[in-house]
Amino acid sequence: MAITNHRLTPSAYQQNFSDIHPPFETRDAALVEANRCLFCYDAPCTKSCPTGINVPKFIKQITTDNIKGSAYTILSANIMGGGCSKVCPVEKLCEGACVYNLMDEEAIPIAKLQRWSTEKAIREKWPLFERKEPIGKKVAIVGAGPSGLSCAHALSREGIDVTIYEKEAKGGGLMTYGIAAYKITPEFCEQELEYILSLGGIEVKYEQELGKNLTVSDLRKKYDAIYLGFGVGLARQLDIPGEELHGVVDAIRFIYDIRSQGYPAVPVGDKVVVVGMGMTAIDAATQAKRLGAKEVTLVYRRTEEEMPCTRTELDIAKLDGCRIVWLAAPKEILGTPPGGAAGSDPTGRVTQLVCSVMQLGPPDASGRRSPADTGQTFTLDADMVIKATGQMPFQALVAASDLPNQQGKISIATTTTASSTATTLRGATALKGIFAGGDCVNGGKEVVDAVQAGKDGAAAILQYLTNIK
Amino acid sequence: MASLHTNFLGIHSPNPFWLASAPPTDKKVNVLRAFEAGWGGVVWKTLGSQVKNVSSRYSSVNFNGARMMGFNNIELISDRPLDLNLKEIRECIRLFPDRAMIVSLMADNDRKSWHELIRQVEDTGAHGIELNFGCPHGMTERGMGAAVGQDPVIAKMVVEWVMEAANIPVITKLTPNVHSVVPTGRAAVEAGTQALSLINTIQSVTGVDLDTLIPNPNVGGKSTFGGYCGPAVKPIALKMLTTIAQDPITAKVPVSGIGGIGTWQDAAEFMLLGATTVQVCTAAMKYGFRIVEDLCEGLSNWMDEKGFRQITDFIGKSVPTLTHWEELDINYHIVARIDPAKCIHCGLCYIACEDGSHQSIRLDAGNPYNTYTIKEEECVGCNLCKLVCPVDSCITMVEQRKGEEYLNWKEFQHRGLPLNDH
Repeated sequence: MAITNHRLTPSAYQQNFSDIHPPFETRDAALVEANRCLFCYDAPCTKSCPTGINVPKFIKQITTDNIKGSAYTILSANIMGGGCSKVCPVEKLCEGACVYNLMDEEAIPIAKLQRWSTEKAIREKWPLFERKEPIGKKVAIVGAGPSGLSCAHALSREGIDVTIYEKEAKGGGLMTYGIAAYKITPEFCEQELEYILSLGGIEVKYEQELGKNLTVSDLRKKYDAIYLGFGVGLARQLDIPGEELHGVVDAIRFIYDIRSQGYPAVPVGDKVVVVGMGMTAIDAATQAKRLGAKEVTLVYRRTEEEMPCTRTELDIAKLDGCRIVWLAAPKEILGTPPGGAAGSDPTGRVTQLVCSVMQLGPPDASGRRSPADTGQTFTLDADMVIKATGQMPFQALVAASDLPNQQGKISIATTTTASSTATTLRGATALKGIFAGGDCVNGGKEVVDAVQAGKDGAAAILQYLTNIK
Repeated sequence: MASLHTNFLGIHSPNPFWLASAPPTDKKVNVLRAFEAGWGGVVWKTLGSQVKNVSSRYSSVNFNGARMMGFNNIELISDRPLDLNLKEIRECIRLFPDRAMIVSLMADNDRKSWHELIRQVEDTGAHGIELNFGCPHGMTERGMGAAVGQDPVIAKMVVEWVMEAANIPVITKLTPNVHSVVPTGRAAVEAGTQALSLINTIQSVTGVDLDTLIPNPNVGGKSTFGGYCGPAVKPIALKMLTTIAQDPITAKVPVSGIGGIGTWQDAAEFMLLGATTVQVCTAAMKYGFRIVEDLCEGLSNWMDEKGFRQITDFIGKSVPTLTHWEELDINYHIVARIDPAKCIHCGLCYIACEDGSHQSIRLDAGNPYNTYTIKEEECVGCNLCKLVCPVDSCITMVEQRKGEEYLNWKEFQHRGLPLNDH
């Protein structure tokens, strides 16, 4: 057993990471599906989209060959509608709500149709949006992820000059760095970012990290308002013995490497165990398999009933040949003793993962039945353990920046209210002129939720800037 | 099993399905294959005056992704040599003696030309003649086709010429490009035609190409009015057919129904409104002769279910149920009912009723599914919600009579009953 890279031929990598949901190849193919759409009124699909895309309208526009109008319908509600068409768990959003499900018929392939229109807009660089004359206001945004970009685009359209500070060398956030490559390619992420920025009025400063070369207080001095959309980042620790062993990696880092270094460069074990059953766990497990791991096992402390990933995601993992072990919680990681020739292996290497056998007890705070240890254990051979049990907010950073928060998640107003003395804006923090949204507020949700948070933040900032005139 | 055998003026065919006068019936190779496929008869593509055709010739109207909902042509009558046509007609009759062979004719506008043409056609052994008084394009500019059918006086004169010469049954084909088909129909019957057929195509422009800005079909940068047919024209054809079936003079002769027939259901509807045979063209042009299989099987199965043993059991059966508006029963009242178990919450009934009808559906907001119910006291029983509902029998119309007795508009007025309960 060993962790190595360059396991496959270039064509095998190409095949393994090719588009899992290929686009329509022809206009006719898109029209067949578009014409199936019933054009529902007050449509359940639209109501199930966090950004409220007018789905029946954009599909109708495909049927009338008004692709420009279709793309505008999508992108005016969700500027990352192109990326979302590839990464959204639509089975629990728009497509899950499609009324055809109630007839036991295939739902309309909304994501695929959305991709049809938006890819064309992005590929052909249609200037669908116009920026208003600058109004002489400056806003700083921290984080060029979905929420920051969405906020920036909405603000710039209104004539506000926006500067985005991004800690990575590329924009897009988790869309660029945190999602399985067979869903969305880094190249597409770049094109999408370029398309968003083509509006003008948005400058992105890269490799600018809050807490390192940037502070909230400095930004506050220089700008009329700030929007924080720096997401979450730290992988949750397992807090079990052996976590420091060579071969224990976190899923976020693993996926980040795949997307930033290219497939052949990323090392993967022969026997990989992935801990967790969220979307990121699936993305890590399937990509480990696709990088050439011989065996991939997902362990999860609850059952299929409680898993955070969708059924569709689970099926991807199963079809990739990943093994699933339910009701298993990692207890200890075993490994070789530290040493190796000339101290080449200072920590020792992973050899096994010991898991506790769990059983379900009464519901916990999340409403799901909580797992309880039965006292029994079993052991899995492994040379690589990927931790995917969720991400932690940047608690220390948030605290150091004196931002109002709850366990590191920035606190914002969730509704807009007005009284005789003060107006609270949805998306505003308790600090004047500071707004926030996306994962750094909600602790980690879908891209589409972050885009909506960016829109809300922009609306709040606009209102704020109008009021302080 | 029901018999589809058809006797039209003594012209027998194994079923009532004839191919209409058009490209599918313009030559031996097609007609033989049609007979092999099972068609009961053909109306051979119109013979007569010398013509030259152009390219392109057809265009169509698509609807929500379905192709050729409506079809349009600017092709003229047969451009093949008359002798060749006559020779092939004779051969087809010899090879399939049990099928109906009608020949469509459109001679130059003089008695002698008609007499000569009829003599030549009868010589082939053809069973009947159909007079093309309907072609709406090209030929009309020469005073033929629809130009004849649109003027009852001219039509009567030409039919009289024909009847002087004809020894086989004569069917006069009517043009729909008139305010009513009845005057020409009457003129033809009074002049002695033994049967009528309708409708020919309807003058049309199927659309304009939004790139070139030239209407379809494009003939070197120009277009011309064509003849419209296909599923889109069926309701118009059925209405015109009914007027012929209801007129005391035209009702005396058998009718061959034409206009958008593609399925056995279409055929049954034409026959219920008075057609003895039906003629098919667009559907055969789109899908080929093989469609006759289901036309026959479907009609036969339906007849079995309804207890009709032969087609004469139901020809014209629905004609008496089409009446004047003022004969309708005002006390008949229905209201819509939505089956909540079948509703898929698409909201189409709601928005149609709200924006397009009588605001009689209640929306109770839900996330993501709204609940829709009928406000029975507001519902006028218009059917719109039922028509737009994508789920079969989710919305039904339930009878809630306003009164026991039959009450029509004349009686309603006579009694001075109050208007507008909405």
